[in-house]
Amino acid sequence: MHSSGWGRYPTSQTTMHTPATSQALARMLTEVAEPMIPRGMGRSYGDASLAPHTLAMTRFDHFIDFDTERGTIECGAGITLAAILQLSVAQGWFIAVLPGTGLVSLGGAIAADVHGKNHHRDGSFSAYVDELTLMLADSSQLRCSPHIHSALFHATVGGMGLTGVIVSARLRLRAITSAYIEETVVASRDLAGTMALLEEHQDSHYGVAWLDVNQPGSGRGRGLVMLGEHASAGGWFNPARHALTVPIDLPPGLFSRPVTRVCNALYFQRGARQPARRHVYYTHYFFPLDGLRDWNRLYGKAGFMQHQCVIPTAAAPSALNEILRSVAASGLVAPLAVLKGLGAANDNLLSFAQAGLTLTMDFALRPATLTLFARLDDIVLAHGGRLYLAKDACMAQATFQRGYPQWQKFQEIRAEYGALGRFASAQSQRLGL
Amino acid sequence: MLKVLLVGASSAIAEATARCYAARGASLHLLGRDGERLAMMARDLEIRGAAAVTSTLLDVAQPFDADALIASAHAALNGIDIALFAHGVLPDQNTCEHSVAQLRLTFEINTLSTLALLTPLASLMQSHGHGTLAVLSSVAGDRGRQSNYVYGASKAALDAFLSGLRNRLAQHGVQVLTIKPGLVMTPMTAHLKHGPLWATPDTIATGIVRAIDTRRDVVYLPSFWRVIMLVIRGIPERWFKHLNL
Repeated sequence: MHSSGWGRYPTSQTTMHTPATSQALARMLTEVAEPMIPRGMGRSYGDASLAPHTLAMTRFDHFIDFDTERGTIECGAGITLAAILQLSVAQGWFIAVLPGTGLVSLGGAIAADVHGKNHHRDGSFSAYVDELTLMLADSSQLRCSPHIHSALFHATVGGMGLTGVIVSARLRLRAITSAYIEETVVASRDLAGTMALLEEHQDSHYGVAWLDVNQPGSGRGRGLVMLGEHASAGGWFNPARHALTVPIDLPPGLFSRPVTRVCNALYFQRGARQPARRHVYYTHYFFPLDGLRDWNRLYGKAGFMQHQCVIPTAAAPSALNEILRSVAASGLVAPLAVLKGLGAANDNLLSFAQAGLTLTMDFALRPATLTLFARLDDIVLAHGGRLYLAKDACMAQATFQRGYPQWQKFQEIRAEYGALGRFASAQSQRLGL
Repeated sequence: MLKVLLVGASSAIAEATARCYAARGASLHLLGRDGERLAMMARDLEIRGAAAVTSTLLDVAQPFDADALIASAHAALNGIDIALFAHGVLPDQNTCEHSVAQLRLTFEINTLSTLALLTPLASLMQSHGHGTLAVLSSVAGDRGRQSNYVYGASKAALDAFLSGLRNRLAQHGVQVLTIKPGLVMTPMTAHLKHGPLWATPDTIATGIVRAIDTRRDVVYLPSFWRVIMLVIRGIPERWFKHLNL
């Protein structure tokens, strides 16, 4: 069958295996000789989950243990974060780090070591993984944690499925007193203003800026900074929001330059006019796009790519200005762009987050998009930044190696556990892993 | 507290349905052929709110004692309010056209095993004067098509049996529900190309629970399949036989 990531570019032919038990998973690892890659919800954007043989972990979507006293939960790797929250929130427990969608698998969140709107104070997802069970190339299972087989643990979290198959994991949860978030929205007039607001509100528990990168002139980089705090009031009531689905691939070219500019401007005006403080259910704040299922179809069959980089704080203003100028010069538009602050890096070998600002931009796939991405990658490298593997579909091997200086150590650990050649994706081969 | 028996418990649709009942605090008894999977499911359902979960290994492709199985399920649950049958195979049509063994196996699994288990269950529910028998049939049972008529026939036999059983048990207060899903994304259909008509097991499970709650007789899931099948059934046979379906 045809397989692709969330951006639907690139695509590849794959045999999809869907084991329902660890015995079946072990059997597949024994029987299939070619390289394999584990896959969760297929929410990495590029080619990180593409391989001739894919191990779809979607049936490992079960709860194993929930300690409601201590606030720890153990689940199969295929369960989605949204499904965990559906159960845990009503009992007063929250996942400490959430990406922009709840529709990622637990295993995927660990493999990409995802970050949230609170990285500046809480770190990335792996900081809350107490331990995980990994199936190795020889189909044996190993429990690892920051204390047991720690080298393997630090390679596996953020390791994009290249060390083995994450079968299950135990998370430490955060106690909450309601399912609601107190959201504050502040508008900024330009990029410098947006960066200043993010800086000014570093004490906020959660913070993210929606960015309008498509306006010409001085308004470029204006945005809406959305701050959030866990509300103490509001209870657990779920104002069930009915998710809509994009039923078909829309024709290409929906996000033309004028349409995108107008949409961005309307969104900005609406955000700037709304009451600055709102009391919202947590899914509205954390997962705004989950209300529109299969939204990647808006970009048509050709798909889209997301560029996400992190730039060290000191270099951020000049780098981000240069990036936005390059986008404008390319004639392409980014229908969605987001800017966030990140805190200090962790000990994992391939984790993305490091101190600085992270900019995320979506682009419809055109021939010029690849040219633009190469240009943006150069700017990122020149300013000491790096790119997020979970979003990447096209970075060069040299770009990866400069951004992730511990890649050789990562390879050594893979070799030690027999993972080289056994677990591989189109991305890992492109990056020389 | 609801007491639910699931046959073919580890099928994707059964599991999704089981989770709905677990969230309501039901007791569940699982029949399935993979011990590791049943153990995973049991723990999962308890965490999701099930009052108690028990299970028994059953491979319907092998001979089994239906009376004893139902008696032990009844004992484990201390009564049965709902029995859902969700096991089945989708055989390769081409193989079935040349292999009588494959044809027989399909009927053994999809049809005869279900009828065997329904027989003691029907008597039990008749004598208690309440209960629900819910069986996964298929839209494929509505009309035989060259691409999968062996599977379709194995499900059509269920339809006729259930219709008779419903007629017999109606006066005893027992609901007999025939469930006709269309195309569902499950491991059984993972090798087929998915398109816009495909539904998830969760959608089907929600429909099943609603149909049981509202005491329906026959339900198409999602409901637009009722219209599609109405059209397909309406085509005169002298034209239908020339179609490439």
